[in-house]
Amino acid sequence: MSPEYFRWEESNWHSDDKDWRKAKMITAGIDVGSVSSQAVIMVDGELFAYGNMRTGSDSPDSARKAMQGALEGTDMKREDIQFTVGTGYGRVNVPFADRLITEIACHARGANFLYGPTVKTVLDMGGQDCKVIRCNEKGKVTEFLMNDKCAAGTGRGMEVMSELFAVHIGEIGSMSMDIIKEPLPVSSTCVVFAKSEAAGLMRSGWSKNDVLAAYCGAMAHRVSNLLKRVGVEEDFAITGGIAKNIGVVSRIEKEIGIKALTPDFDTQIAGALGGAIFAGDLLLKSRKAI
Amino acid sequence: MITAGIDVGIQTVKAVIVRDNQLLSHSLVMAGWDPEISLREAMDEAMEKAGVSQDKIGKITATGIGRKEVSFANDYATEVTCDAKGAAWLFPSVRTVIDIGAEESRGAKCDSTGKVLDFVNNDKCAAGVGAFVEAMARALEVKIEDMAELSLQSQKEIAMNVTCVIFAESEVISLIHAKTPKHDIARAIHDAISSRTTAMVRRIGIEKDVAMIGGVAKNAGVIDSLRRYLGVDVLVPENPQIVGALGAALLAVS
Repeated sequence: MSPEYFRWEESNWHSDDKDWRKAKMITAGIDVGSVSSQAVIMVDGELFAYGNMRTGSDSPDSARKAMQGALEGTDMKREDIQFTVGTGYGRVNVPFADRLITEIACHARGANFLYGPTVKTVLDMGGQDCKVIRCNEKGKVTEFLMNDKCAAGTGRGMEVMSELFAVHIGEIGSMSMDIIKEPLPVSSTCVVFAKSEAAGLMRSGWSKNDVLAAYCGAMAHRVSNLLKRVGVEEDFAITGGIAKNIGVVSRIEKEIGIKALTPDFDTQIAGALGGAIFAGDLLLKSRKAI
Repeated sequence: MITAGIDVGIQTVKAVIVRDNQLLSHSLVMAGWDPEISLREAMDEAMEKAGVSQDKIGKITATGIGRKEVSFANDYATEVTCDAKGAAWLFPSVRTVIDIGAEESRGAKCDSTGKVLDFVNNDKCAAGVGAFVEAMARALEVKIEDMAELSLQSQKEIAMNVTCVIFAESEVISLIHAKTPKHDIARAIHDAISSRTTAMVRRIGIEKDVAMIGGVAKNAGVIDSLRRYLGVDVLVPENPQIVGALGAALLAVS
């Protein structure tokens, strides 16, 4: 079997210096996306652990897998978590969620935590959709715009290119920057046609890096148009898998003339993180009610 | 007068030779890396079948996305002009021609002489063109030529989200995982492309008779779905892929 170039690296992380057994509040957020699923665990309002895994064919399994990823290496059990929020397109299938919240709300809330309260515009570039979210200093959504109809401008589109060029998805961004002169962007909108166009450019003698630059440029242009329609208020942050692609990020920054903030954590966890924060709010509320 | 039409598509190259409105021969070859080679091959094959040499051909008209590659053509015509001309010659009652090729689809409204009155094009999105059915057949692990027979066994309608080929692939895979019978998925695929096509052609108005041409017209499953979505019968020529080249050859006559 040939290597699967589109396969991005799964990741997980946990804090070693936190004793969760003494905690008052342990909450989790699970984001089941079309391509990746994340689980984030928060202990007393601080990030404790996360897992970022590939979504399989079965949403409940993917939710469980993400949770296992987050718990791995800790001595915490799923039963120790007091409140769990499910989000993402597969949220209705998170078997152990206490509440479901839309990914738009969760992303804004998560970005607010990841990048700080100065964030007013969040661009989330996911596996099968791309959304621009405007929010206030509390991470509350004020406006949003979404493309979920077309793969152009999404992670799936980038996966198709990585397969075509037999380049690992994580390397596309840096390769697209290693060029002498910025080429014209790929003209086809549709990923299927862009693939043919890219293959044609290779045949006509373009280098791999130049074609990747032309594709990253086209994606950046498309997303920048989406951003301009909503309007970008600073600070500006990018979340989701494509936020890791320097080729797309730097070209978006150049086109809109605004720098994006850089996070300390995996950009794919924003939605699940927001879910875990909401879970904290809901847990507090339920305790007050008692 | 002997005339020829050559249609340089993305996936295939077609050539047709006619003598005074009589079809002499036709050919179809796969478009290779070098269009010059494949269009030469198509032309040579058609000439050999007709038993004519190129110096006997009075006029050559080229059409298709790669028509400018035909250096020996006397004239060039758009796909939509040739589609209507060819379809109206085959079926004089035709008023609406639907052409679904590998990477483009279009609808044309025409009069009895095959003159185009209005048309609509899809060239921005692969959902709704042959590439869609091909990608879905691959996801379903079914040969493209077996798709029709498979889908015609289905009695069940499944709604599929069909806005994008790339997303539809994931959807087909989810349907497979959910143990949906293959024939029902095949039908959903054909319904999807038919629904998109109907929405596109409705913009110019659907007038009877309706003919469908292009590579996708060979798929009886799509034709069956399209009949249901359009609510009218759909005429399909014996060789739906050569109609554009035929139209080009006929244009060369006039």
